[in-house]
Amino acid sequence: MDLLLSLLIILAKSLGILIVLLVLVAYYILADRKIWAAVQLRRGPNVVGPWGLWQSFADMIKFMVKEPIIPDGANKGVFLIAPLVTATLALAAWAVIPVNEGWAVANLNVGVLYIFAISSLGVYGIIMGGWASNSKYPFLAALRSAAQMVSYEVSIGFVIITVLLCAGSLNLSDIVRAQDTKWGILGWYWLPLLPMLVIFFVSALAETNRPPFDLVEAESELVAGFMVEYSSGQYLLFMLGEYVAIVTMCALMTILFFGGWLPPINIAPFTWVPGVVWFVLKVSWFFFLFAMVKAFVPRYRYDQLMRLGWKVFLPISLAAVIIVAAVLEFVVKVGQ
Amino acid sequence: MTLAAAFFYLFSIVTIASAVMVISARNPVHSVLFLILAFVNAAGLFLLTGAEFLAMILVVVYVGAVAVLFLFVVMMLDVDFAELKQGFLQYLPVGMLVGLVVLVELITVIGVWSVAPQAALNTPTPANLSNTEAIGRVLYTQYVYLFQAAGFVLLTAMIGAIVLTLQHRTNVRRQNIAEQNARTRASAIEVKKVPSRAGV
Repeated sequence: MDLLLSLLIILAKSLGILIVLLVLVAYYILADRKIWAAVQLRRGPNVVGPWGLWQSFADMIKFMVKEPIIPDGANKGVFLIAPLVTATLALAAWAVIPVNEGWAVANLNVGVLYIFAISSLGVYGIIMGGWASNSKYPFLAALRSAAQMVSYEVSIGFVIITVLLCAGSLNLSDIVRAQDTKWGILGWYWLPLLPMLVIFFVSALAETNRPPFDLVEAESELVAGFMVEYSSGQYLLFMLGEYVAIVTMCALMTILFFGGWLPPINIAPFTWVPGVVWFVLKVSWFFFLFAMVKAFVPRYRYDQLMRLGWKVFLPISLAAVIIVAAVLEFVVKVGQ
Repeated sequence: MTLAAAFFYLFSIVTIASAVMVISARNPVHSVLFLILAFVNAAGLFLLTGAEFLAMILVVVYVGAVAVLFLFVVMMLDVDFAELKQGFLQYLPVGMLVGLVVLVELITVIGVWSVAPQAALNTPTPANLSNTEAIGRVLYTQYVYLFQAAGFVLLTAMIGAIVLTLQHRTNVRRQNIAEQNARTRASAIEVKKVPSRAGV
């Protein structure tokens, strides 16, 4: 009976976070398009509902009622599994993300590693989709993405290690608590680790295949990349997985560098606001940065992308791990 | 406890079934995908025994990096199945002999097997230490020299692999980024006065 009850509670929690997350993502997609349009002096989606507020839902219904087309030469099983893999993995990462003190579906001791593992699996959806389509452009895109995502994961890993060294824990909630000092916003890790935040942000762009690193779906050379052959519901799942992965990266930056659910200043009016509001605000801020980058940075060339990952970010982040460890050992410890 | 045992059997069955599919699948890409499934389920088995750090590292390293490159290679391969099956009869006796030995060994192992609810019992970890910390303490105190030696072996292997595959082709024009960034207006543009109707 206890077992059943705990299972039901876990189920209810998961369902709750899933619904909130999906609604949030629907509006982030709309915000993405609106910001992009505003930069280009357009109005963006403004027809469905007031100010276009129902646009994402209209798109969703349209995708779901369209006819799913499976190409003749496709490897059917893998072709159908690929979008499911992308969407499921993207959503699975949210199991460990704490949106407030104690508000995580699973308070895992190795939460950071879990998210890192899940996001490193994200590449499979793309490779499987690209290969199973049995078509030139998707396959080329899949090869590109495999190389790109594996490259940028390395520097993301090292950046995460510098944060872990400072916080002394792999638990995401503990990392946020480690940033809870009397200094408020100045005590969060973005200040001492600012170069790491920049590297993480750029690597997150590459990891989620966002512009300027969207070579996976570069229209001018690969039509629409690995999802050329996908239509209707499967395409919807790919898009959903992509945007959820972006929001996950924003949430990760919030937790690692921006103090998660903590208020920016530790005095009365700010501490009254519930932590979850701060969390969503911070995630939205990072998403805004993602959208702005998409709007005004031109696309990288592929060899430039590889050079940036391996020859610039990898040495810098590797050196940063050593420097941060040395500072913690010889400066901070002696100072205490 | 029964829930843990149920998950233990679920993960085990999927691991074994996908391991069988790795060698029996006709399409090599399917084989690699089943291999990945086996890895993920093995990580699940690690989780059940309380080794969460090993489970995550298994997924990050093997599934996230090694298997991706593996899949990469297999997709690019143009495997000729007819050629692969040519020497089949020739190797059949040796293969059957090896298979027989393995089968006998497996039967002797499985002979004592029974369904056990305590199959997923936790191995004792040191008190008030998380699994990750316990591994770190052992690795960086007691076995630190061996750990560093392993690191050096890997570094040597990496350098060896790079030396073996690196080839300097002379007829390729490459970009020199530093050189490009060092260009100034003075060095890049030359203004010439061209007299009209005379050309340069």
